[in-house]
Amino acid sequence: MAVTPPEQRIWWNEPIERVELVWIVIAFLWGLFMFGFMIAWHFIGQQNLSKEAYRTTPSAYEAKVDEFAKKFQVREEKGIPVVKPKPGADVYLLGRLWQWWPILELEKGVSYRIHLSSLDWQHGFSLQPTNINIQVHPGYEHVISLTPTESGEFGIICNEFCGIGHHTMTGKIYVTEQKRAEAEPRLAEGR
Amino acid sequence: MTAETVIGAVPAQAEFRTCQYTGLKVDTAAQALIKANAVAAVVFLAVGGLMGLLVALTRWPAVHLLPADWFYLILTGHGANVLLFWIIFFEIAVLYFASAILLNSRLAAPKLGWVGFVMMVVGAIATNVAVLQGDSSVMFTSYPPMKAQPHFYLGLILFAVGALIGCALFFATLVIAKEERTYEGSIPLVTFGALTAAIIAVFTIASGAIILIPTWLWSLGLISDIDPLMYKVVWWAMGHSSQQINVSAHVSLWYLTAALLVGAKPLSEKVSRTAFFMYILFLQLASAHHLLAEPGMDASWKIVNTSYMMYLAVLGSMVHGLTVPGAIEAAQRKNGYNRGVFEWLRKAPWGHPAFAGMFLSLVFFGFIGGISGVVLGTEQLNVLMHNTIYVPGHFHGTVVAGTTLAFMGATYLVLPLVFQREIVWPKLAKIQPYLFGIGAAGISLFMMGAGTLGVARRHWDMTFSDANLGFAHSAGAFLMMGLNGIFAIIAAIGGIIFVLVVVATAFFGEKITGGHKLTFPLHAGGGAAASHYGNEKAPKLPGTIILVALFFVCFVLYYFINWKYLSELWLFR
Ligand SMILES: [Cu+2]
Repeated sequence: MAVTPPEQRIWWNEPIERVELVWIVIAFLWGLFMFGFMIAWHFIGQQNLSKEAYRTTPSAYEAKVDEFAKKFQVREEKGIPVVKPKPGADVYLLGRLWQWWPILELEKGVSYRIHLSSLDWQHGFSLQPTNINIQVHPGYEHVISLTPTESGEFGIICNEFCGIGHHTMTGKIYVTEQKRAEAEPRLAEGR
Repeated sequence: MTAETVIGAVPAQAEFRTCQYTGLKVDTAAQALIKANAVAAVVFLAVGGLMGLLVALTRWPAVHLLPADWFYLILTGHGANVLLFWIIFFEIAVLYFASAILLNSRLAAPKLGWVGFVMMVVGAIATNVAVLQGDSSVMFTSYPPMKAQPHFYLGLILFAVGALIGCALFFATLVIAKEERTYEGSIPLVTFGALTAAIIAVFTIASGAIILIPTWLWSLGLISDIDPLMYKVVWWAMGHSSQQINVSAHVSLWYLTAALLVGAKPLSEKVSRTAFFMYILFLQLASAHHLLAEPGMDASWKIVNTSYMMYLAVLGSMVHGLTVPGAIEAAQRKNGYNRGVFEWLRKAPWGHPAFAGMFLSLVFFGFIGGISGVVLGTEQLNVLMHNTIYVPGHFHGTVVAGTTLAFMGATYLVLPLVFQREIVWPKLAKIQPYLFGIGAAGISLFMMGAGTLGVARRHWDMTFSDANLGFAHSAGAFLMMGLNGIFAIIAAIGGIIFVLVVVATAFFGEKITGGHKLTFPLHAGGGAAASHYGNEKAPKLPGTIILVALFFVCFVLYYFINWKYLSELWLFR
């Protein structure tokens, strides 16, 4: 029994059950496959998290985001600037107690270099309903090349607990169709 | 070197009684410590479980019970009380049982065991006080720069040191038993599993000290800054490994229960022991899979640490996933249940709460906790569910439907054998593992579903009613969180029945005397029935093969479904 010492004193010389051996081989090969698939996804897949990151400080990062927002602001919404960067540009987004700032307006099918950092505690960047979830640290500036593949209005929520107002920490990203965006009168007004 | 020099001058006298059901020699000092740790475990389970119910009732959008500040406070307390205090008190009891009692030995230094016990109790109370005072709502992971009161961290440190003393006593008892030749040959498999748990515990507690002591000094103002990324790396060396103690402990209890209730013995000792050993070798590295969404971590580092190594540890669990039901099938076929593919399973002692708890734990841990853990720990797939409520869904599958259910099942063996009390209210005890198990499996699945739909973990208001920029989750996400609340109530009813039965039995159960016939009997044949498996005359195990094949198909399908989800996301690199 499992609660008494093994019958065979030298238990490591016992034969292995055939069914056990087959299962071990299958499980091992499956593990090897899953390991290989992650590497393969770096070549066949389009969703791999960037490792590009820099040390920064909250004040230096805040200054960069402010400058970015001033430069590309197209309008304001609920006191928050809506910022429409040039296609392919560096885009800055910050998390702080308790908002994601500023609001972004991006174009579908265009790649942006999105910079992410926090001014205070750890936050969780969670893009909804697309469900892309990335941890955001104070002192670290994380750069992700992001290409929206659908247009519409998207929410950013915080999914790392950051104090009593955590559940009010939201942000927004608008994604517009490439050509229509230029023609849209509402956007033209904002400029 | 003698055991005496290892643990200091300890008199070799001890009082023993003989268990009339198992024939084991029971050191009464070990018995008292097992009782104390088990009682403390159940007290913290009751407190933490009640907190869990309050959390679930708040996250049920139609109920939304607690105000925000209370929700975050109660959630912090829930994590500490059930994930640390309930489970580790119980594990210390398991360590004393697997060393002193299974080896027919005296327990090394029982007085020191009481010192450790008192430290653990004081630490657990200090942390609870800090949480209830309201300014330490930092969650179970307590990431800086968010700060708690000094006695929050100090309580955790005291608790950890107390638990470390328990581990030291376990090792010393192994040495004593070997020297005093209280058993022959190798240690039993259950003790071997407990040994892997204890080794992992030492590593875990050391990592905990490395990270919690500076954090405590920081909370006192003696250290000015803690790097949040560095904190996370070391914290998870403790945080993940501590869950591995649970796996080793509850898998040991699967083997124990299978042995005592159907007379099962391992198919081959070598395979089962190697599977335990793989936990020690590979799981510490796998801690890194909590850092897949952090900035600046290299992809190759992530793949090697989190996944290649993790898959070798997962291999360990997959092996137990075959050998435990395989051992039960083999034993049941010897017991005469040989008709068809599944008679052995149908005729298993499902009316015995220890067996029901054990088998449900095995199934839920594998299908829910295990598969979701691998998916969550996959480098790219993690982005889909990192910090969503999928994560608590996964670990409620491992720690609640797996570990807690297995521990509850084992308690129905501990009460008659160690407390020597007959279980009161057997009808309630019979349905308890089913209620709790189904409730726990339900909350795990529905949280995973809600997480897949984007609901955040540790979040008070999924309607975002106070937010400046509103956001609306899908109707499906609301449905999932509602079902989560309903199944949390089912689990809570199971939990309350458990606490009532255990407390009533421990204090008022009929005292078991010589010749007493147990309401929930052990297997009659015991060791004699299970003779020699593990050689060329091996029994055929068609039932187990079907169960394992079903598991594998579910695993592969679910893995690829998630890659499909991922491929539909926006592009990022
Ligand atoms: Cu936040």
